[in-house]
Amino acid sequence: MASVDIIDAGKFFGALRIIKGVNIPISDGEFVILVGPSGCGKSTLLRMIAGLEEISEGEIRIGSRVVNEVPPKERDIAMVFQNYALYPHMTVADNMAFSLKLKQASKSEITAKVDRAAKILGLGPLLERYPRQLSGGQRQRVAMGRAIVRDPQVFLFDEPLSNLDAKLRVQMRTEIKELHQRLKTTTIYVTHDQIEAMTMADRIVVMHDGIVEQMGAPLDLYDRPANLFVAGFIGSPAMNMLKGTIRGSSFETENGNRLPLAAAPAASEGRRAIYGMRPENIHLAGDGIPAEVVVVEPTGAETQVVVKAGGDELICVLRERISAKPGETIRITPDLRLIHLFDAEDGRRLTA
Amino acid sequence: MTDAVQQASTAPARTGAISWRSTPNRVVTIYLPLACFVFVLLFPFYWMTITALKPNQELYNYKDYNPFFVHSPTLTNVRKLLFETDYPQWLMTTMMIAVAATVLSIFAAVLAAYAIQRLRFRGAQWVGLAIYLAYLVPPSILFIPLATVVFKLGLYDSPFALILTYPTFLVPFCTWLLIGYFKSIPYELEECAMIDGATRLQILRKITLPLAVPGLISAGIFAFTLSWNEFIYALAFIQSSEKKTVPVAVLTQLVQGDDYQWGSLMAGALFGSIPVALFYSFFVDYYVSSLTGAVKE
Repeated sequence: MASVDIIDAGKFFGALRIIKGVNIPISDGEFVILVGPSGCGKSTLLRMIAGLEEISEGEIRIGSRVVNEVPPKERDIAMVFQNYALYPHMTVADNMAFSLKLKQASKSEITAKVDRAAKILGLGPLLERYPRQLSGGQRQRVAMGRAIVRDPQVFLFDEPLSNLDAKLRVQMRTEIKELHQRLKTTTIYVTHDQIEAMTMADRIVVMHDGIVEQMGAPLDLYDRPANLFVAGFIGSPAMNMLKGTIRGSSFETENGNRLPLAAAPAASEGRRAIYGMRPENIHLAGDGIPAEVVVVEPTGAETQVVVKAGGDELICVLRERISAKPGETIRITPDLRLIHLFDAEDGRRLTA
Repeated sequence: MTDAVQQASTAPARTGAISWRSTPNRVVTIYLPLACFVFVLLFPFYWMTITALKPNQELYNYKDYNPFFVHSPTLTNVRKLLFETDYPQWLMTTMMIAVAATVLSIFAAVLAAYAIQRLRFRGAQWVGLAIYLAYLVPPSILFIPLATVVFKLGLYDSPFALILTYPTFLVPFCTWLLIGYFKSIPYELEECAMIDGATRLQILRKITLPLAVPGLISAGIFAFTLSWNEFIYALAFIQSSEKKTVPVAVLTQLVQGDDYQWGSLMAGALFGSIPVALFYSFFVDYYVSSLTGAVKE
């Protein structure tokens, strides 16, 4: 196991700068998830750590060793690819043993390690099968088995669950997390799915356009997004965001609604800002703002309601079951303690 | 061919809504085209066989003898070919040259195709294009300068003249075929092997080549057939009768002046095509099955 330090790392493809000076310290044994929309550079960054892409600038350390010039096979990492990249002409056992055979490990050592990995992942009965005879989830497990067998310093996962169906994805999510708790190997995991990131990570790194927008524990990111991008990216359904102006202890939206503020940031009277509230932080209240119901979507546990207040469209997630029908008016109010204010110009968070 | 048609008409009519399953439709859509195909492919062989077995008076007399049948079959032509000429020797020479040229070309083509497709060095695309252009130069132009090279190297009238010149058209051809095949093998497999600790050569040997077997086989079949049937270089670079390859020898040794010994000629052509046919039929099964089930993950 080892720490990984990404220091001012950058990547050029021709003249295009894909990664723009990224700094991410990852401590030993941590489970870090790089998350962001497609094209944000997260996969490229992972491939730079793996040694599959050159590091154009800055450096990457694994443990205390700078690995910029170290070829992939000497970095002591294992990677799980999105399409699993199982060798189609080898059985499951051979797939897992491949790296050990290259290292010229003894037969008994290979058998012991493959058996151990197979046991951890429940692959015992499948060892003699070929990849084409396996289901998606089983292939995923073999790909992880191949990584475990090597007992590397760092596990790298590149969107490993995106080829699985929704149910299996949830199950594998748990398995990967359990695996990490068991092996305690430093893990770097790339995904575009913020739910995966929230549920699995010790720490999330939100990337966008080749830069790190914010790093932190999942709930910190959720509760205190550093900017508009993170606020919009983390959380589903996404945070409601309204443009407007701060007026004393309330916020006036462009469409004329007045929303309450717990405490206006200092010297902010008349400042243009963006008011953010998460759908689940909006409640029904007798003295709230009147809003017309547009769509009601019950999911069972909760009800998603799309409402229109003046010209502002909001999504609310209500715990209580409501009987309102589209066209009727309900009164809503945001939870004062859980309001986010962002600068209208640069999108930075204003509230402390 | 008549078999096929008969089978179609006696096949039980299938009940079902889909009309193309009915017998008349199957005859038109499947068996008739198939029969045409079989006829076109097999008729030359039939013609060669009966010509080889005909005595001379039958060959030229279509009035008294139906040209499509043999009335009094004889093995004279075959005996003449096998025992009065160097035919067995020509077969061996051709086989040896074709195998050697194929092996040499596939080896070179694998390395070239892998480098162009996977190493992506600067200018790889242009090298690929240049190799393709080299293939387009017709042998009828190329054999003149090649003859000079062959003479200077002292290879004239030796099998090496052919073993070393056939790759001039085999390597470009096989390289192009293999570039396409390597492209179909997911690159992640190689990246994964790289992380697993394999060197480039280990990746080529343990991952890429096993997965490219269908491609290698089809390249091998084409290369073998092309060398087996090659004519102009074999005609230009080999002089001694006993060192000639089958296509050239059959023509130069069995056509004396304007005396065409049709029977022996056809027997020679027939025996000459048997190794190629065997080669095809032996590998085609493997080729097809591996093509449909290889690089799927």
